[in-house]
Parts: sequence; C-alpha cells; structure tokens
Amino acid sequence: MTLLFGLITQLLHVALMLAAGPVLIGAIRLLKARLLGRTGPHVLQPWRDLLRLFRKQPVLAENASWLFRAAPAAAFAAILAAAALVPTFALGMAGGPVADLLVIAGLLTLSRCILALAAMDIGTAFGGIGASREMTFSAFAEPALLLVIFTLALLAGTTNLDVIADALRGGTYGLRVSLGLALIAAVAIGIAENGRIPVDNPATHLELTMVHEAMVLEYSGRHLALIEWGVGLKLLVWMSLITTIFLPFGAAPAGASPLLWLAGLAAWAAKVGVLAAALATFETVIAKMRVFRVPEFLGIALLLGLLAAVFLFVSQGLA
Amino acid sequence: MEPRITYGAFAYDVAHLLGGGVLALSFVLLYQRRVTAVINTYAMQAVVLAMAAAWQGLVQGAPHLYVTALIALAAKGIAIPLALHRIVRRLDIHRSVETALGIFPSMALGVALVALSILVVLPTTMESQALTREDLALALSVVLLGLLMMITRRTALTQVVGFMSLENGLILAAVGVAGMPLVVELSVAVLVMIAFIVFGVFFFRIRERFDSLDVSHLDRVGGAHR
Amino acid sequence: MAAMTLPGLALGGFALFVAALLLVGAAAVARPRFAALGALPLCAAGALLALAYLIGGAHPAAIAVPIGPPGVAMTLAIDGLSGFFLLLLLLAGAAASATALDDHQGEYAATAPFFPVFLGAMALTLLAADAFALVIGFELMSLASFALVLTHHRDEAVRTAALLYIGMAAIGAACLIPALALIAQAAPDLRFATLRAHPPEGWRAVAVLALVLVGAGSKAGLAPLHVWLPPAHSAAPGHVSALMSGAMTKVALYVLIRVLFDLCGPAQPMWWGLPLVLLGAAGAVLGGLRANMEGDIKAVLACSTVENIGLIAIGLGLALAARAVDLGQLAALAMAGALLHAMAHGMFKPLLFLCAGATQHGAGTRRLDRLGGLIHRMPVTTACVLVGGACLAGLPPSSGFAGEWTLFQAVLGAPRIGGIFLQTVISVTALLMALAVALAAAATVRLIGVAFLGRPRSPRAAAAVEAGLPARAGMIGLAAVSGLIGLFPGAVLALAGPAQHLLVGAAMEGRAGGLVIAPQADAPGYAAPAIAALLGLCGVLVAMAVRRYALANGAAGHRRGPAWDGGFGAAPAWLPFGDPLTQYGGASFAQPLRRSLGTTLLAARESVFMPEPGDTRPARLEVALHDPADTHLFQPAARARDALSGLADRMQFLTIRRTLSLMFIALVLFLAVVAAMEQM
Repeated sequence: MTLLFGLITQLLHVALMLAAGPVLIGAIRLLKARLLGRTGPHVLQPWRDLLRLFRKQPVLAENASWLFRAAPAAAFAAILAAAALVPTFALGMAGGPVADLLVIAGLLTLSRCILALAAMDIGTAFGGIGASREMTFSAFAEPALLLVIFTLALLAGTTNLDVIADALRGGTYGLRVSLGLALIAAVAIGIAENGRIPVDNPATHLELTMVHEAMVLEYSGRHLALIEWGVGLKLLVWMSLITTIFLPFGAAPAGASPLLWLAGLAAWAAKVGVLAAALATFETVIAKMRVFRVPEFLGIALLLGLLAAVFLFVSQGLA
Repeated sequence: MEPRITYGAFAYDVAHLLGGGVLALSFVLLYQRRVTAVINTYAMQAVVLAMAAAWQGLVQGAPHLYVTALIALAAKGIAIPLALHRIVRRLDIHRSVETALGIFPSMALGVALVALSILVVLPTTMESQALTREDLALALSVVLLGLLMMITRRTALTQVVGFMSLENGLILAAVGVAGMPLVVELSVAVLVMIAFIVFGVFFFRIRERFDSLDVSHLDRVGGAHR
Repeated sequence: MAAMTLPGLALGGFALFVAALLLVGAAAVARPRFAALGALPLCAAGALLALAYLIGGAHPAAIAVPIGPPGVAMTLAIDGLSGFFLLLLLLAGAAASATALDDHQGEYAATAPFFPVFLGAMALTLLAADAFALVIGFELMSLASFALVLTHHRDEAVRTAALLYIGMAAIGAACLIPALALIAQAAPDLRFATLRAHPPEGWRAVAVLALVLVGAGSKAGLAPLHVWLPPAHSAAPGHVSALMSGAMTKVALYVLIRVLFDLCGPAQPMWWGLPLVLLGAAGAVLGGLRANMEGDIKAVLACSTVENIGLIAIGLGLALAARAVDLGQLAALAMAGALLHAMAHGMFKPLLFLCAGATQHGAGTRRLDRLGGLIHRMPVTTACVLVGGACLAGLPPSSGFAGEWTLFQAVLGAPRIGGIFLQTVISVTALLMALAVALAAAATVRLIGVAFLGRPRSPRAAAAVEAGLPARAGMIGLAAVSGLIGLFPGAVLALAGPAQHLLVGAAMEGRAGGLVIAPQADAPGYAAPAIAALLGLCGVLVAMAVRRYALANGAAGHRRGPAWDGGFGAAPAWLPFGDPLTQYGGASFAQPLRRSLGTTLLAARESVFMPEPGDTRPARLEVALHDPADTHLFQPAARARDALSGLADRMQFLTIRRTLSLMFIALVLFLAVVAAMEQM
C-alpha cells in the first residue's frame, strides 16, 4: 500500500513539477511587470511560448556537433531527475530512498556542465563567455551549497532529503541560528544558480551582461524550448528545496491519505507563491551586480554556510 | 519568575535566532559599499537588538529590559540613523565606503573572529547551558566584528557605525544573561557617550580642519603636508 | 602446503609475473616492439588473477625469494591491500600496453625496454613484504619512469622536467629509506611481519610520519611536493603519463598506507591524521585551481591528479584519525572513500591521458590554444574524453562522483572524532573539498570545451585524425571499466573489504551492496544504478516526447545555417576556419577564476602590452602564475642550496693542515656521538 502510494505521489509530483515550472516563471514575470506599473503578460504566456517553440524546426549552426543536438534533452533530463527527487506536496515518494542531497546537487551540476559544453560547441565568443562565467560562479556556489548540506546532515545525521525533511517537519530541532544562516546562504546560492538578479538577468538582451542567456544564444526551436522549460523547472526545484527544508510545515507525511495530499499541495503552492513574490520584489528593487562582484557575493554565502556549521557544533555540544 | 531553561524550548530558540540576526547584520554591515546602506543596516541591527531585548524581557519577566528595548529602538533604530542620514546629506560626504581591507578578506577575517570567539567562550563556560554559550559566543562575535569594522573602514562615519555596532554586541550580551544588573543604565550611558562622539566633536572638527572625514588625515597632523 | 591454495597460487603467479615483465624488458632491448606485445597479455592475465584473488577472499600468503643482500632472502607477500592495488595497476597497465602497441614508427623505441620494467617495478613494490624489497621496487619504479620521461629527450623542456623529476625522486628516497630504517630499528630483521610487531613510538613515530609524508607523498603528488607532476607528465608519452598518473601515484599512496596504517600499528595518536587532511585539502584546491590555468592538456590532467590525490589523502587522514579514537565504522567509511576514489581515479585518469596522447598524435599538439573542433575529426577519442571528463568533474552517475560522495560522507561523519577545534577544521576541509571538486568541474569543461569542441584553432587541428585501433581499444576499455565502477561502486568496495579489515579492522558490511552504498547500515545512501536509470529514463522519455510532438507538427529534423553569434554573421571566405581567435580559448575561459582566486592563491598577474598607434605588432595579454609551493618552498630551498654549496666550495681551497683538522673534528664528533648513544 505504501509502495503504491509512493508511486502515485511520485508520478503526480513529476507531472506537477513539469506543469508548474513555466507557470512559476510566468507568475514572476507578471508580478514584476505589475510592480513596474505595466500590465504584463498572462501567467500562462511561458507555456504558450514553449508550445510554439516545440512546433518550430531548430536551425543548427553549420559546425554544430552531435553534442550540441543532444545537450538540451540531456540537460533537461538531469534537471528532471533532480526535480523528481525533491518533495513538494508529500513526503515518502517512491524516489525518497535515493533522494540524496549530494546527488541532487550533482544532477544540477551535471545539467550545468552539459549546457556549458554545448555553449562552447559552436565556437563563438558569446558561448565561451557564458560557459566561463557559469562555471566560475558554480565554483563558488557549490562549496557554499555543500556547507549548507553539511549543516543539515549534522542536524539530521544523513544527507537523504526525505529523512531530513521529515525530521525538520517534526520540529525536533526548533529554530536554530545555524538554520537561519544556512537559509540565507541557500537563498543566495539559489539566486546565483538560477541566474536571477543580481547575479544574472534572465530578461536581458544585452549580450555582454548575459551569462545563462549567452550560453544558449545559438539554440532555437524545440531545443530552445527544452532549455527554457529546464530553466523554469530548475527554479521550481530550488524553491521546493528551500520550502521543504526551511519551511517544512504542511507537506503530507509518508503514507498519508490523498486528502492530506491536497492540503500539502495548497501549502506548497502558498509557500512557493510567497517565495516567488519575494523574488519578484527583490528583483524589482535591486540592480544587477558586476560580474566580478559575483564571486564575492557567493563568497559571503560560503562564509555564512561555514558559520552555520560552526554554530551547530557549539549548540549541539558535540564537543 | 524563573526563565524556562529547557534545551530546544521555543523561547530560547527565538532568542538565539534574534541573536543570530544581530550577528548576520554585523556581517551585512561589513559587506556594504554605500554609506547610506551602512546606516540603514545599522538601524536594522538596532531594531533586531530591540526585539531581542524585548523578547528577553518577556521570557525573563524583567520589565526593565523593555526600557532597554525601547531605547535601542527609538534612539539607535530611528533617531541616530536619521541624524546620520542628515549629516551625510548636509556635509556631502562621499557616498561610497572606503575600505582599508577588501570586502571578502574582511568577511573571511570576520568568520575567523567568530570561530575564535567560539573557541574562547566554550571552554570558559563549560558548565553552563549549551544555548547560553551560543548566546555569549554570538555577542562576543558582534563585538569583535564591530572592532573589525572600525579598523578596516577608513571614513569617520563608518568607524562610528562600527563602534555603535560593537556596543550593540555588548547590549546583546547584557540582555542575554538573566539577572544582569544595570542593563538599562549601561545602555543609557553608552547612548549618551555615542551622542557625544557622534554629534559633538568628531565630524565638525575633522570637517573644519581637513575638508574631509577621512581619519587618515589625522595621521599627518603637524606633519609637513599641512 | 600453502602454495597449493588460491592465495599461494596467486602470489606465485604474481612473482612469475614480475620476473616475466623484467624478461620482457630485457627482450625489448633487442626488439622494442616486444615491450608492449609482452606486457599486454601479462597485464591482462595479471588483472584477472588479482580479481580472482580478491573475490576468493584475499587470504594473505608469503614466500621468500632467494634474492637480496647476503644471507637474507627477499620476502614477497600478498594480502587484501596489495591485491586491490595490483588490480588497479594491472588494469591501467593493460590499457597503457594496448595503446603502446602502436608505437608511431618507432617513436618509443629508445626507451621501450623500460616500460615493462616500470610495470614490473610497481608490481614488485606492491608485493614487497620486507623493507629491502619495498625500497628496491620503489626506486626501480623511479628510475624506470625517469627513463620513460626522457623518451623525447631531444626536447629541452623534457630534459628539464626529467631532471626535476629525478631530483624529487632522490629527495623521496632520502626520506623513505630513513623512515623504514627508523621503524626497523627496534626489530631484529626487515620483514614486515617483524616490523609490525615492533611499531615505532614517541619521537621516532613522529619522525616516521614526517619522513613518509615526504618520501611517499612526493611521489604521490601530495602538496606541497607536487611541483614535478605537471612538467613530468607533460614530457612523457601518453601511455607512460597514463601509468605515472593513474598507477604510480597510487603505488606511492599504497606505500603511505602500508607504512602509516599497517607497519606503524593502530596505537598512534589521533592528530596523526591531521597532516594528511590539511595537506590533502591544500593540494586539492591548489591542483583544482591550477588545472584551470594550464595551457597544455596533459598539464591540466596532471594538476587534476594533484587535486584527486589531495581528496584521497583527506580520506586517509580521516581514517587514521577515526581509527585512533576507536570509531571503527567511520574509519572504514573514510577508508572506503579513499580506496574507491583511488580505484576510480586510477581508471579515469589513465583514460584521459591516453586521450591526450591520441590528441597529440592525431592533431599534432597538446596546446589548448592550437586545438579545437576535434569532436568532428576524432569522435571516439572525444566520446572517451567525455566519459573521463564526467568522472573528473565528479558528475553523477560517474565513478568520480561515487568516490567523492563516499569521501564527503566520511567528512560529514568526521566531527564526531574530536572537539570544537577539530570540528572547525573539518568544516573548513569540507569547504575546501567542495571548492576543489567544483574547480575540477570548471577545468573539465574548459579542457573539453576548448580542445574538443568549437572550431579548430590551427590547420593541423582541422586535419586531425582519429587514434589507431590499439589506442582506441585501450581508451574504450578504460572508459567501460570507469562506467562499471560508476554504476556499481558497491562491488569495488566489496573488493576493497579485505584491505579495509586489514587496515582499520572494519569494512562496509551492510553498508555497501550491489545497489546502494550508505554511510550507516540500514540508512538511505547513494544508489548509483537507480540514479543512472532515473537519468536514462528521463532522457529517453523527454527525447521521445519531443520527437513525437515535432513529428506531429511537421517540425522534425533540423536545418543548418551559419552560426548566429549575436548577429555577427558568418566568417568571410578568406578565413578557412572562420576566425578561430574570436572563440574563447584556454586563457580567456580561465580569466574569471584567475582574477577571483588566482591573484591570491597563485599570485597571478596580468599585464597588457598595447602597441602605439601605427605599430603593427599585436596587442598582447601576458599572464604570470606562481605555484605557492614553488615560491615558498623550492626557491628558498634552492637559495639555501646555493649558499651551502658556496660554503662547501671554500673547502676546496683549504690548506692541508686545515683539511686535516676538519677531518679530525669530524672524527672526534662522530666518536662523541657514539659515546653519547651508548650512554643512553
């Protein structure tokens, strides 16, 4: 019975993530437009764009290799695999036992490396600029992320997300300075990993300031659609990750009845909605920073992650 | 009324979260590059400190802590920042923070200082509660970060802010320990002192003499340059 | 009779194997082609034997061989630890020998005899069961590899690199031999079995630790004695640097493990692990960062070897520390991480070096700024590089990820070892490890993106040819083994089980199965096959769905057009390769990291040369880097050496009376020391 429930929640979860990714992007765009006094596009506009792109035949550069053609699907698959492992409305999904935080981080890195390689495949300056900057940012973001994972693992005794989420949901650990610091670090990393302002501007059309957009400049048609979909999915993965760990209330426990799933769904939607609103507001009031400030920004996240771990040692009295 | 000293109790969690907030804002102070942002961050730190003091007043059942909280909120959270903003506008102070040490190195040094304060506080308070130890370590870290800000930032204004943030650390330590006498008196005294330093002498003297608030000009007083 | 059992047979087989390799070496003096031809079947058979021995339970066995100093027989033995490393060595050796079958019109002929000798010497080091045999094997390995580095000896840079290498080998020997002597001081003979019974204590143990760290660490590429790796690995032919980087550094680690874990006994203090952890973390970051800066494929790979050795050293250090405080399970986990990553690295690094060798032959150069676009001309090599690159970057579900995952789990459990000070050190170590891994990922993308993707930067690269059949066989074999390790890390850990029991008294029983490896028994962990299946499923479903939708809308297939490039348009016809200089090259890719980390860690400085208007010279950007180990350790040492030799030089001009008095003083001092020691 539990297995059946796990399978059903897993499938529902994946479908939900796939559907909601572009909606999240649409909602953020709409909110930002409203905050700037514009009417803004419809919430479903990203979905319409995606469907239109999927119906278009891609144009490849003359010297594009097989890697360039395979990269969008491969990168999307890596993000989707990560998305399948991050719980949303219910814990105890079929993928729960393998949902290791290090694996999730690794899958996201995998997708980034694939796209960075594809960016260099055509041999244009923009592709190189994007790949180089993306990999530099990730060199700073990953250690910070690992320190956050380190803190969580020290608390819960494992790096398995399902177990951590369950433990945090139970409220055994209460409010912790460490968790607060880890949350700040996680938000900073999430902003950088998803290429949001102030690290990167997802809406820019000025090549020299682009990071992620510069990487995918050569893509068109269904390839571009997969990449755009992946961007939305990845943002949703990050938001779900942050809500699961730091705002754990509301999610249905393992083996709970479908009625609780609905409650979990509502809670999750509310939490992600709040995060999306916060992100839109933040992006409206803040300016993009210079590229060489980003390592510093992520360095701060890294130091906060370190502080989180150190404070945990103090309060846990492991000494 | 005895405070509830149970590990993981909600009251203490909130207290530590607020203490951690004060510390995090100390780091944000170090991170800022704009003078106005420094002042705003300081105001925010004072507000969090006021919340911490008020919360301690609530859980310790000590009404005099509310006075401390009120002082922190009114004076340091509102009045001083407003006055500082006015000074910045009136004196037309350069808007960017001049650093003697880069942002990231000073942050890394800050983390090292926090680790140091933990290493110092832990052995000396071995008998007391784990969370009290964390509280003391937080306060000491805030003090050290304030000092760090004073030595790694060049302009007088940022140095004054550093000093005031140091003082926030002292108050944080004072309110955290139940039954500490003279907390209110301490905060009032320090407040008066700050007022003296800030408004009385510092700015106008430097401004009159050197046409700048960069304290490094003081190094050359009486030298061949002027 | 012990010789009739499987372990005895295996040991006898390996002893014959060493002898046969030395014979092959002798035969290759006359016919250079014999070297690879003989080594390949021997290595393949040996690898199967090692596998059978490990699967069969790895019971220890020993034999005495009547070779050695007068009156003393040389002892050879095999146990779980040497069996594990033999498997690693022989797999890498088989692939390297296969590649060496194609010797490119006698390019390797001059040094071919040393190749089987090199393999045999490494095997001898692993089989040695007394200090004498260990030193013989280790030094023979150094000398043979020195000769192999000199294969292209007409090149000035090669000679310099070989000189640096043999110098470092001499320093290593000068530390390793005294270390073994110190251990043997209290023992009646040199056999390991005897040494084990008399572990060193007090200051002697500390001296052994320091000497072994220098002696074996310098060969393994442990910071700060790693400076010889990038030049020496670049200088040697591809299959040789594959063995040096994949196998020889592991043999050095084996010596480190054998001495510190086995011979020095379990009664050493907890802080023994700290030097390894700290040096490992420093080396990992330094290697990872330098891998992003180098302009030669092989130098990049060598720097990443420094990084991976650093990661393994962290695991070994944690295992040492955890064992000292009786945390057997944690020690086993750390040891498992170290051994698993050693095996993974021992497969994917030779793979990448073989690819680098193929690139050298196929495209005529290893310099990143002369390559590009090899994916079109060298598809098999590029596919192998992608497999190796995934391992190098530590991406799931590769073997590199499995090793790093296990090491991270050990670090996450390590705060239990000690107090708040140690815990802070562990947190910083975790940070540095993650930084090193992320830097390795950046270096991998740079390496593959610049050399194998994009447009060719030189005519020679545009006309590159795919590697020959032997080289392809070697690369594909190693890629397959790497893939298997990535999918089934639990199997590798099962093979490492006997070694772990030997070293830390516990293994991963109940924690490493066929499907899952976990830090604790009955806890969730890393399920490599499941993750791989999930990834594959997602990929296939996505690709199928997208294709079906495109077919339904008449948008299947694709069109080709000029690159968009932000609207810059196609390159003019008189630039046959487009304008390759507008691509990002190795130096430009590294620029953000060079500016943000390189200025502090590597003292990187950029200077721009801008010619006057009217001057036809091109503008140039010069980048200068300095390895801190070089500036803070080797250059002062060189200055001290010069000062000392200046002093010694003066002695040549002493009068006879002064010379005699010097000798007299030396004699009296010597007698005084002897007298003092007898008093003790």
